[in-house]
Amino acid sequence: MSRIGVFVCHCGENISSTVDVEKVAQTAAGFDGVAYSVDYKYMCSDPGQSLIKQAIKDHNLTGVVVSACSPRMHEPTFRKACAEAGLNGYMCEMTNLREHCSWVHERTEETTEKAIDLVRMLVEKVKNDKPLEPIKVPIFKTALVIGGGIAGIQTSLDIANCGHKVILVEKEPSIGGHMSQLSETFPTLDCSQCILTPRMVEVAQHPNITLYTYSELESLEGYIGNFKAKIRKKAKSVDHSVCTGCGDCWTKCPSKKIPSEFNAGLDNRTAIYVPFPQAVPNKPVIDKDHCTYYQKGKCRLCEKNCKPGAIHFDLEDEIIEVEVGGIVVTTGFDVKGTDFFPEYGYGKYKDVITGLQFERLASASGPTLGEIKRPSDGKVPEKIVFIACAGSRDPAKGIDYCSKICCMYTAKHAMLYQHKVHTGKSYVFYMDIRAGGKNYEEFVRRAIEEDKVNYVRGRVSTVYEKNGKLIVKGADTLMNGQPVEIEADMVVLATAGVANCGSEELAQKLHVSYDRYKFFAEAHPKLKPVETNTAGIFLAGACQAPKDIPETVGMASGAAAKVAALFSQDELKREPLIAVVNRQMPPTFSSCVGCFLCETACPYRAIEREEIKDRAGNVIKTIAKVNDGLCQGCGTCVAFCRTKSIDIQGFTNEQMYSEVMALLND
Amino acid sequence: MTLGFYPGCSLTGSSREYAESVVALCEELGIELKQIPDWNCCGATAAHNMDKELSLSLPARILALAEKDGMTEIVVPCAACYSRLSTTQYELNQDETLKAKVASIIGMPYKGSVKILNVIQMLQKYAVDKLADKIKKPFDKEVACYYGCLLVRPHEVLQFDRVEDPQTMDVLMAQVGAKPIDWAFKTECCGAGFSVSQPDIVGKLSGKIVKDAVDRGAKAIIVACPMCHSNLDMRRPAIDSYLKTKVDIPVLYVTQVIGLALGINREKLGLPRHFVPVTFA
Repeated sequence: MSRIGVFVCHCGENISSTVDVEKVAQTAAGFDGVAYSVDYKYMCSDPGQSLIKQAIKDHNLTGVVVSACSPRMHEPTFRKACAEAGLNGYMCEMTNLREHCSWVHERTEETTEKAIDLVRMLVEKVKNDKPLEPIKVPIFKTALVIGGGIAGIQTSLDIANCGHKVILVEKEPSIGGHMSQLSETFPTLDCSQCILTPRMVEVAQHPNITLYTYSELESLEGYIGNFKAKIRKKAKSVDHSVCTGCGDCWTKCPSKKIPSEFNAGLDNRTAIYVPFPQAVPNKPVIDKDHCTYYQKGKCRLCEKNCKPGAIHFDLEDEIIEVEVGGIVVTTGFDVKGTDFFPEYGYGKYKDVITGLQFERLASASGPTLGEIKRPSDGKVPEKIVFIACAGSRDPAKGIDYCSKICCMYTAKHAMLYQHKVHTGKSYVFYMDIRAGGKNYEEFVRRAIEEDKVNYVRGRVSTVYEKNGKLIVKGADTLMNGQPVEIEADMVVLATAGVANCGSEELAQKLHVSYDRYKFFAEAHPKLKPVETNTAGIFLAGACQAPKDIPETVGMASGAAAKVAALFSQDELKREPLIAVVNRQMPPTFSSCVGCFLCETACPYRAIEREEIKDRAGNVIKTIAKVNDGLCQGCGTCVAFCRTKSIDIQGFTNEQMYSEVMALLND
Repeated sequence: MTLGFYPGCSLTGSSREYAESVVALCEELGIELKQIPDWNCCGATAAHNMDKELSLSLPARILALAEKDGMTEIVVPCAACYSRLSTTQYELNQDETLKAKVASIIGMPYKGSVKILNVIQMLQKYAVDKLADKIKKPFDKEVACYYGCLLVRPHEVLQFDRVEDPQTMDVLMAQVGAKPIDWAFKTECCGAGFSVSQPDIVGKLSGKIVKDAVDRGAKAIIVACPMCHSNLDMRRPAIDSYLKTKVDIPVLYVTQVIGLALGINREKLGLPRHFVPVTFA
């Protein structure tokens, strides 16, 4: 015989101003099986919890119904209180009298009636509750970090420094990402390479980090604590264990006209190449798509010139499988193409370049060794125009969102230009200046006031070439929309930051969600910014949304802390509210007939097949089995099961029916 | 092959040669044009500056008349009329209440089902594959294709061509042997209705357009809008005085150029009607 306690909360006035809580408590006292019923102002407070604990002891309660706010808010609180009083936590359930009743209705008789009905349903459910124990899952304490930009580097170092193993996978031949391409960084103008390259080296030398460059995630299986990842190590055609990185190969390579990715197409590289002199690892790979030997079957000049004999054209892609407990996705961003605003002339005029290309021009490691020279004829531009929001905040043609970093890097570009070309004139066309961040606004003011960068508030309608000059036509909206025409020598477009081209495919491999712009989606926009909706997979950096270096590094350390917290336990405890396939005595063993409709229905690939064997080892029956590490308790399999052999623990068919019957029988 | 035809006011007055060339070209291509019976003014700039319902009702009546006559597609050569009719159809399709109200104002049923084509769309759809065979004399000249404001804007209404760097006219011109130049003023404003109130502004704006075309080696400017044509052609004295030089580059309608390439005679295409003489035969 059930002895259930009902505890009705006022939630200050949140519930009691609309619902007659005393009446609810009094009515519930009369329900069949209710041994105790009371109302209280703040049930979640310490005295409120004590009230529950005392009642469990005094009245020898077998179940508890707390009628208060959403279980999302306080279910763990009350379950813990019950457990402390010796009652299994899963014998405690919550009725949501706040969000489901008092907040959405006026104070009327019906509102109180609805509250009473809600309590009645839960009382019936609790009668069918069974004690449950949390599920324990072991943890494999190695982290997989996907993407070797600054986010991946920071995450890997932080996790490795906590004493855990890290596998860092980077698809390019070197780690470093976009940050390695940058010249100076805002708002301090310290050199990007100077602060980044020591960390790249640290990654390569860290005893806890295994680095796989030129590699990509092939597939992922498993669940938090127990992932199995397949990694494709693309054939480098160079044996890095033998290669000394001397450079004899790439100086002799005859394919010299391949646009350099690192220099954003401003100069060329060879087919066997190291992306940049400070690359980690500083050893080459062969780009098969452009190698004369791979394309035409002849050449092998690099092989002839390699003294250690490191070049092997017959190397093939290798797929390795690793076991990891947590994953951090740090795949970064891309720069949006420029073909959707042909009026700015990118691609048509050589001296219209993107912000990333300007970074390379301004960088000491770039094709001009840091001198600002225009691509068409190598002349130093005397007048330069920067166009902010080239694609961002443009629902008509570009993307809706603000790319966030452009205001700052445009100010930096203009500043660097003024520092390098003292007689030069620079103009920035902008919509708004978004300089939120420590020392950011001051930085922009410095560009305007000290470096005399001309900020023009308005959009550029078109850029065209005339007599060797780029004519930039725009409007100055602070001067009544007066048309402005500037004869520039060079134009720099602050193109939008967009999701990496492979992000959608990667998200699908990882089973994490992504937004409409194909950025990876965080689990909660405010309170879970580094988590994804898939347990054990975390995010850091610009793969989640465009962000600058400080924010990326902060997020990377945050994700690392999440992984470290996960790895601080030896096993994981999870809510046992998952599906189970029933088991019966022989000869049926289970009512499951092995149709495996559940297998096709399960979105988490949690259904496995279990063979039931006799003593001789002969298979008698194959039935479904739920992997309790993978199951998320969604209940899809329950709906699909034709023989009603699967139930969700804590939400069994019996419990659901008893709730419904409580309403119908009233 | 019969299409509905809405000439609008300009084509019956100041740009009769546009109408003549459209009709002559369609005749040559085997497209029969049937005028919408009892058509009225589209409202032009005046209506939508004064009264929104009026500006929607005038074009809606034209479209309703076309529906009543069983037309499914109509050709609207004037870019301004094309813009007004398309905008009306777009706005009424967004708002059922407004649609019902406008129908009651015009006292006719209005469905909004007629497809509205400008001349370039019509040629793309019904003439593209016929042109090559019919060319008698390729129009072997550098041309500056000038689209102006209303032919391609606003994009969400018209869904036609690239807004800032349109290409369709260039493609058509290339098909009849012309060499479209890459230039900077394809969609810059010609001064439009200021032609009447402040012709000096038209002189300046149209002057820049004409100068860029000439500077980049164009032998003719090609248009598909009566307003653009009258500003670039009729306002040439104001343009010349702004540029402080006399420019004699002619301005032709897209239909006239194709007509010439197809061997239609110049009188039939209305070429002698231009202010700036057209010397091409």
